[in-house]
Amino acid sequence: MREDVLTALSAVRDPELDEPITTLGFVASCTVSGDGQARVRLRLPTYFCAPNFAFLMVADAYDALVAIPGVRTAEVVLEDHFASDAINAGVAAQAGFVASFDGEAVAELGGLRAQFLRKAVLAGTDLVCRPLIAAGVTPAELVALTLGAAPQSAELDRLRQRRADLGLPADDDAPLLIDPETGARVALAAIPLHLRRARVTRAGIDANASMCSGMLRYRYAPG
Amino acid sequence: MYEKDGEKYFIVDTHMHYWNAAPDNWVPGAEQYAKGWIECFHAYQSLGPKETHWPIDKFQKYSEDDLMKDVFEDGHVDVAIFQPTDLKEWYKEGFNTTERNAALGDKHPGMFIANTRFDPRDSDAGLEELRRNVERYGARGVKLYTAEWNNGSRGYKLSDPAAYRFLEKAQELGIKNIHVHKGPTIWPLDKDAFDVSDVDHAATDFPELNFIIEHVGLPRIDDFCYMATQEPNVYAGLSVVTGALMHARPKFFARVMGELLFWVGEDKMTFGSDYGIWEPKWQVEGLVDWQMPDDEQFADYQKLTTATKKKILGLNAAKLYDIKVPAEFLVPVQPSEPASKDDAQLVAGQ
Repeated sequence: MREDVLTALSAVRDPELDEPITTLGFVASCTVSGDGQARVRLRLPTYFCAPNFAFLMVADAYDALVAIPGVRTAEVVLEDHFASDAINAGVAAQAGFVASFDGEAVAELGGLRAQFLRKAVLAGTDLVCRPLIAAGVTPAELVALTLGAAPQSAELDRLRQRRADLGLPADDDAPLLIDPETGARVALAAIPLHLRRARVTRAGIDANASMCSGMLRYRYAPG
Repeated sequence: MYEKDGEKYFIVDTHMHYWNAAPDNWVPGAEQYAKGWIECFHAYQSLGPKETHWPIDKFQKYSEDDLMKDVFEDGHVDVAIFQPTDLKEWYKEGFNTTERNAALGDKHPGMFIANTRFDPRDSDAGLEELRRNVERYGARGVKLYTAEWNNGSRGYKLSDPAAYRFLEKAQELGIKNIHVHKGPTIWPLDKDAFDVSDVDHAATDFPELNFIIEHVGLPRIDDFCYMATQEPNVYAGLSVVTGALMHARPKFFARVMGELLFWVGEDKMTFGSDYGIWEPKWQVEGLVDWQMPDDEQFADYQKLTTATKKKILGLNAAKLYDIKVPAEFLVPVQPSEPASKDDAQLVAGQ
């Protein structure tokens, strides 16, 4: 049962880092009682991590738990955070972000999530294309590649999934290189800049992930 | 001044602090924020070399002697620029105020430039305070903290009409440089500064002001880079970039530097140690010794020349602040370089 809960939690991602909260070390503890009460405690790299991202992760973790057959009640608690109380109470009450931060928030977080999904698509494009370019694939060949014709890999699957999450073309016939806003195929002349953008986006996400993991290690170092 | 292999570097530390975050300065009732804030900073210090880590009590309140030694004696810095952050909701006297900085600057003439700050939510009283600070301290720059808490509000944007009033006033008073903290996300909620579009607006509408984006929007350098390529008056402030990445994450540092050199360029990058988070010594020495790795994954990034390093470590900032730099530190201006207004001013001033 506890394994089921951890598997479910591994589908919950930090929306900005695009990594599972389980591999990021954000799950501090996880217990399931015999009668199906799941309790999860989450922790973040700093006391001041942005509450909108924190809220998304706590809410997604809650949703993941209650979807598990056999889990009767779910409790997700974010610890050591300046907005812990508001987030924990808001998620427990299924209240939504705006209601949980009365007077301080003006919109739910779908837009934020989509914005970072688009970044994940760009970063994924860099991951998929870089080895191809190193192997000598030309820009003209890249433009012509479809998802179905590109070499299969875990990175490609992930890119396809993020595109599907956004409602962008993700079937085998869809071009490998698309505009993450519109879904339109990238023109040949725009390829170099598009790939540069993909690369800087990935650099940003990676730098962020490495800073977060460094801070988390420091904050929760044993002893 | 720092000299290595016969090359002399004029060092301007464009982003440093003299704060008091000790318990004696915590606002009753807000202790958890005051404590959480400084401990968060202290965690950042852990990303520097181990021998430069301080115990928390020194980190909360370091002395004037510590600062003078770390920054000037050991740290190679020629001119240091104070960037204040008030945070008066949590710190009784303020965390790192214009007044505290300027008082230290007065004791050591010629070594510091004291910038001030403003907050558009302070309205007319804030405008008056800005005028007073500019007159009293000769500030030519401001540090803006768009996520600062103020009377129930947890942030503002540079594109807000109230902010425009302040930017207009600042320009009228002779302010040239607007340092904006855009970086590691901490708070607040929907107004979270996860993008830099507000700087984009302001930079377009105030072409005579320079916008130095501290921490280059890290971790969201992509947003920053797209914006900076479009706006000629936007600069990359490297505080946190060197401190948090150069030692702890050298490969990511290389990638971030490679991207900045490509999108922003070596003429628009400024060094800042973010002291007391990190000491300048290892950052200055590290940058002078640093080179883009030969590794295949960095192959299409630009290598750094000595001139690149001299510009980043001090000459670019000297231009922004009209600091007179002795000729021995300058780099020859190539006639083939595209002439910009700033270049013309520097050449004319020599």
